[in-house]
Amino acid sequence: MRYEAPDRIEKAVDLLASAAGEARVLAGGTDLIVQMKSEIVEPDLVIDVKRIAEMRGVVEEGGAFRIGAAVSGAELKEHPRLRKVWPGVIEAANLIGSTQVQGRATLGGNLCNASPAADSVPALIAAGAKVIIAGPAGRRELAVEDVVLGPRKTALAKGEIVVAFVLPKRVPLAADAYLRFIPRTEMDIAVVGCGVDLTLDPAGKIIAARMGLGAVAARPLLVGEAGAAIIGSSLDEPALARLEAAARAACRPIDDKRGTKEFRVQIAGVLARRVVHIAYERAKASAKVST
Amino acid sequence: MSKIHLTTTVNGDAVEALVEADETLLDVLRNQLALTGAKEGCGSGDCGACSVTLDGRLVCSCLVLAVETQGRRVETVEGMAKGGVLHPLQQKFLELSALQCGICTPGFLVAARALLEKNPDPTETEVRYWLAGNLCRCTGYDKIVRAVMDAAAEMRGA
Amino acid sequence: MLDTVAKKSDYKVVGTRPIRPDGVDKVTGRARFGADLNLPGQLVGRVLRSPHPHARLVSIDVSAAAALDGVKAIVTREDFADQPPELTAAGEMMLNYRDVVRNVLAREKVLYEGHAIAAVAAISAAIARKALRLIRVDYEILPHVTDVVAAMAPDAPLLDEAMITAGVTPTPTTPSNIAKRVDFGHGDIDTGFAQADVIVEREFRTESVHQGYIEPQACVANVAEDGQAELFVTTQGQWIVRGHCAKLLGWNVNRIKVTAAEMGGGFGGKTVVYLEPLALALSAKARRPVKMVMTREEVLKATGPTSAARVRVKVGAKKDGRITAAFAECAYGAGAFAGSPAGGGAMCAFAPYELEHVATIGLDVLTNRPKVSAYRAPGAPIAAFAVESVLDEIARTIGVDPIDLRLKNAAKVGTRSTYGPTFAAIGFVELLQAAKAHPHYSAPLPAGQGRGVAAGFWFNVGGDTAVQLTLNEDASVTLTAGTPDVGGLRASLGMMVSEELGIPLDKIRTQIGDTASLAYNFVTGGSRSTFASGMASVEAARAMVKELAARAAKIWDIPVDAVKFEDGMLKPAGDNAGKYEPMSIRDIARQMAKTGGPIVGYATLNAQGAAPGLAFHIVDTQTDPETGKTTILRYTALQDVGRAIHPAFVEGQMQGGVAQGIGWALNEEYVYGADGRMQNAGFLDYRVPVASDLPMIDTVMVEVPNPRHPYGVKGVGEAPIVPPMAAIANAVARGAGVRFTQLPMSPPRVLAALSGQGAR
Repeated sequence: MRYEAPDRIEKAVDLLASAAGEARVLAGGTDLIVQMKSEIVEPDLVIDVKRIAEMRGVVEEGGAFRIGAAVSGAELKEHPRLRKVWPGVIEAANLIGSTQVQGRATLGGNLCNASPAADSVPALIAAGAKVIIAGPAGRRELAVEDVVLGPRKTALAKGEIVVAFVLPKRVPLAADAYLRFIPRTEMDIAVVGCGVDLTLDPAGKIIAARMGLGAVAARPLLVGEAGAAIIGSSLDEPALARLEAAARAACRPIDDKRGTKEFRVQIAGVLARRVVHIAYERAKASAKVST
Repeated sequence: MSKIHLTTTVNGDAVEALVEADETLLDVLRNQLALTGAKEGCGSGDCGACSVTLDGRLVCSCLVLAVETQGRRVETVEGMAKGGVLHPLQQKFLELSALQCGICTPGFLVAARALLEKNPDPTETEVRYWLAGNLCRCTGYDKIVRAVMDAAAEMRGA
Repeated sequence: MLDTVAKKSDYKVVGTRPIRPDGVDKVTGRARFGADLNLPGQLVGRVLRSPHPHARLVSIDVSAAAALDGVKAIVTREDFADQPPELTAAGEMMLNYRDVVRNVLAREKVLYEGHAIAAVAAISAAIARKALRLIRVDYEILPHVTDVVAAMAPDAPLLDEAMITAGVTPTPTTPSNIAKRVDFGHGDIDTGFAQADVIVEREFRTESVHQGYIEPQACVANVAEDGQAELFVTTQGQWIVRGHCAKLLGWNVNRIKVTAAEMGGGFGGKTVVYLEPLALALSAKARRPVKMVMTREEVLKATGPTSAARVRVKVGAKKDGRITAAFAECAYGAGAFAGSPAGGGAMCAFAPYELEHVATIGLDVLTNRPKVSAYRAPGAPIAAFAVESVLDEIARTIGVDPIDLRLKNAAKVGTRSTYGPTFAAIGFVELLQAAKAHPHYSAPLPAGQGRGVAAGFWFNVGGDTAVQLTLNEDASVTLTAGTPDVGGLRASLGMMVSEELGIPLDKIRTQIGDTASLAYNFVTGGSRSTFASGMASVEAARAMVKELAARAAKIWDIPVDAVKFEDGMLKPAGDNAGKYEPMSIRDIARQMAKTGGPIVGYATLNAQGAAPGLAFHIVDTQTDPETGKTTILRYTALQDVGRAIHPAFVEGQMQGGVAQGIGWALNEEYVYGADGRMQNAGFLDYRVPVASDLPMIDTVMVEVPNPRHPYGVKGVGEAPIVPPMAAIANAVARGAGVRFTQLPMSPPRVLAALSGQGAR
C-alpha cells in the first residue's frame, strides 16, 4: 500500500483519478482503517487529505458556513459560532463514536463512508447543506441528500473528492436539532437518527421545516412529507400526529442485529416528535439571542 | 515495497522508525518503540485501551496510521509521570483502587488527562460521557469516576 | 467455631486499604500483559478458522502456504495425536481431553464458526495472513443448529452422531444433542405442590454472553532445540495451561515453564487453552519464539462465552409465603462439546432457601457454537434469573414483601441445602436483614420507576494451593503465590502475612510465581484465590514463625517450645521468661547463616472449608414507554463477604459483578444469523456497559466470618453477578408493568412487549 499526503486538492484529485488499483481517501480514518484491518477494503493507495488547508478549516462567509470536509467533530464542537448557529449539526457530528473517535472522525468521512446510519448526515440533510466536490472535471455542488445512493455507494465519480460542506445563511427564528436512538447511552451505531431544521414566524408558526431520517432505509432520507406535515402549525397535536405518520411512512428499514423493522418504524415516529420540540424551543429562543 | 521513514515526537522525545504505510500508530508504539502501555483490546476504536493524544487531541492509536504522525506530537501513558512523580490521576487511581486487572487503566488515564486539560471541573455526567469510549469490564466504573473527580478537585486546589 | 477467627479490632492491617504492590506498574504502563512481551527472533502466529458452523473436514492442503517465503511452520490436526476420553478440571468446569484436542484444532468436523483448523508461524503478520489464504480446505457442509431448544428436538442435526444422553435410566437407544442429565433435590415435589395455595410456573430464555475481558488471549512460546519450552501467557492458571499443553503435545509437564503474565481480565474465560498448544507446536517446529494474539472477533467467535439457556421453573407457596415445593429444569447450551454449567445452575437455583420438597434438573445440550467456558459463578446467574423472578411473582401474588418472602424461606446454618450438603456457614439471614434495613429499600419511588430485588448464591471453592515465603537477609519478606492476581490479590495476601509476622506491609513483596518456582496451584477461579492462597500464606507465615523460634532457641540454647512469638518479637517464655533480650525478625535474619541457613515458610494444601457467597441486590429502573429503553437509576449491592481483607477490592468485585449483570440483563447477547454465523463479533455490537450507562454502585459488605478460614475469608468475586438479571427484571415488572422471561431486555423486545402489553 502506498500513502500520500498532498497539500493541495488538485494533487489529491490527480492521485485519485490516476490511481491504477484501489485508491481511498483518508480523512479521520475511523471507518477506513477499521475496514482495512478487517480486510473489507485493501487499498493500493491511501490519500490522506488532512494536510490540505482548504479541507481543514471552518469559514463564515456572509452568514453561511463553509466547513472543510476533513475537520474533526471535536474541532467543530470547539467552534463557538457554529455551535450556536447549527447546534443540531454539531450534536450529530459529536454523536459519532467516542471522544477518541470524535478527535478524528470528519463530516466528509461520515458522508462518503455511505452508511445508512451515519449520524451527521440526517442533520446535514435537515440543515439544507450542500457539498462542494472537486474532481478531474472541476468543481460541482450537490445537496447532501443526493450524495449517498445506497450502502457503500455514493454519487462521486472516479477522482472526485468532497472538499467542503456549505451550511446556508441562517434566517431569524430558525434552529435545528438531532436525536438518535441507540440501545446504550453512547458508542452504538444509530438504530434510527432524526434531524430537523425549523423556521418560525414571529407568532411562533412554523414556516419552513426539513427533516432527515437515518438508519431507516438503504440511505439517509430527506422526508419532505414530514416537513410539510408541520408547516403552518405551532406543533399542535394533529400536526405532530401527521409528522409521526409521515416519518413512519418514509421508513423502508431492514431487520438486523441492531433492531427490527417494526422497532425502527416505531422509533422514527417517536424521535420525529421529540426532535421537533427541541428545534422549536431553540428557534423561539434564537429570537432573543441572534439579533 | 519500501518502508517509510517516520520522524515524530513521542512523550517529548524525537523518535524515528521505518514503518509500513498501513501500520497503525499503536503497532509502531508497541512493536518498534517498545511502548506497550497502550493496549489493543479491539482494534476497531470501540474499547479505548489504546488511547493516546496526537497534538493534544485524544485518539485511538489503533485508528491512526503511523505515517500520519509525521512531524507531530504523540503522548502516551508512559509520559504521564514526570521526574519520578506520578500524575495526580495516577495517584488517585491507586489510592481509590480504581483498577482491578489494569488492562484498561492506561487508556483511562490518558483519556481522563485530556478531559481535565479541557475541563478542570467536570460533573459526574461529563466524566462518564467523556470516558464512554473506554471500556472497563472489571470495576463497573464507580471507582474510576470517583478517582477522576477527586483528582480534578485536587488539581484545582493545587 | 467463630472464636477461631480473631476479632476485627485485633487487626492492624486487615480491613485497611493500602495501595497494591503492582499498582504503580499498572498506572504507568510498565505492567506486562499477555501481548506485551517480544522475544528476539520472534515469529507471528495466526490461526485459520472455519467460516462454517458445521461441516466435515474432507481435506486440508497447506502446501501452497508452506511454500510461501517467510512461513516457518504450519500445524494442523495431523500434528496432534488424538486423545482418548478423559475428564480434567479447568476452572470451575470439567473438560474432556478428547474434546480439548478437537477444540484446539478441528479433526473430523468443524463444529462452529471460528473453529480453528490450522495455525501458521511467519516472519510477519502480513505473511502469516497471506499464508492462511493459501491453505485449501475442502468442507462437506452439514446442517447446523445454534439454538439450544432446537438442538434438543428429535430431528435436530447431531454434532456428535454417537452421543447417548448420560444420567438417564433406562439408557436411551438413539443419539441426541443432550449430552447429560443431572438431578438434585429432596422430598417429593408432588406432595409439596398439593400443599400450595399459589403456584407459579414459567419458562425463561437467555442468550449467550461473553466474559468480555478487555485483553484478548495472547501468548509467546519459545521451544529450544533440546525441547525445553517456555510459555508466557495471559491465564487464570499457569499449571492448568502447562498440564493441558503437555497432554496435547505428549510432553512431560516439566519441559514447559509457564509464566503467568499480568492478566487483563478473565472472569472464568482464561481457564482453558486455545492458542497455547498451537504456539508451542509452531515454536517446536520452527525453533523460534512464536507470539500469538487473538483479535476481538476471534475472542468472541472462538473462546468460551457462557450458555444460552431455557429454564423452566415451578414454585408453590402457602399464603403466608412458606414455599411448599420448588422445581427447576435448566437446559444449558454447551456449544460444540459437552460441558455446560447446567449442573451448577441446577445446584444453585434454589440454594439460598430451606425447602422440604425440591427437585432440579440440569441438561447439557450441544449446539454449533463455541464451547462455553466458565463465566463468573458458572450456571448460577441464569438459574437465579428464572427462580428469583418467579419468587417475585409469588410475593406479589400473595401480597408479601419480597424480602420477607425470602426471610421466611432462608437457609441457615444446619439447613440441608437443595443440592445435598448441609450448610456449616451461611449468612443469608443477616444479609436479608441488612437489605431490609437499608435506606434504599424504603426510599420513596417516583411514578414510572420500579424497584426490584433478587438474591444470588455461589458455592465458592478451595483446592490445590502452594505458597512460599522467603526471609531475606535484611528481614524483608518475599511471598510467592501461584494464583494469578485479578484484582488486588497480592495486596490481600501481603496484608494477612503482615498480620501474622507483625512486620509492615512495605517489607513484604508479593509476586505470582511460574510453574517452575512453586508446587502445583489450581486456577484463580471459584472465588478461591484470597481464600485458598490466603490460607496457604497464613500457614506459610506460621511455618516461618516456627523456624524463627527454632533459630532463637538455638541462639539462646533453650528448647524450641520455650520461645514464643509476640508482636513481631521472639521472646523466651515459661521458665526462661525475661532471661534473654527479645529478638526481632531482623536479629534472626542477620544470623541466618550461623543458625542453619536460609529461612523459608512453605505451605501446600488442598484448601477445605470454603463458605458460600450470598448476594442480595436492590435496583431502581425506569423504562421509556415509547422506546423500550431501560435506565438503571440506583443500585445497591449487599453481600455476605465473610471478612473483607482489603475492603476496596471487595467493593470492586461487587461493583464489577453488578456491571456485568446489568449488561447481561439489558443489552449483551450473541446474535446468530440463519447461516449459523455470529452477527455481532465486536465491541461495537456486542454491547457491554459503558461508563455513561451506569450509576454509582453502592455496596454494603455484611461480614459474617467464615469460621474455617484464619481470617474469616469467604470468596467474593462471583456471587455479585448472580442477582442483577432477576433484580432488574423484577424492577421492570413493577415499574413498566411487563414481566420479562427472556434476556436481554433490549429496547426492541421491551417495546414489542409494551405494545402487546403481554408477558414476554
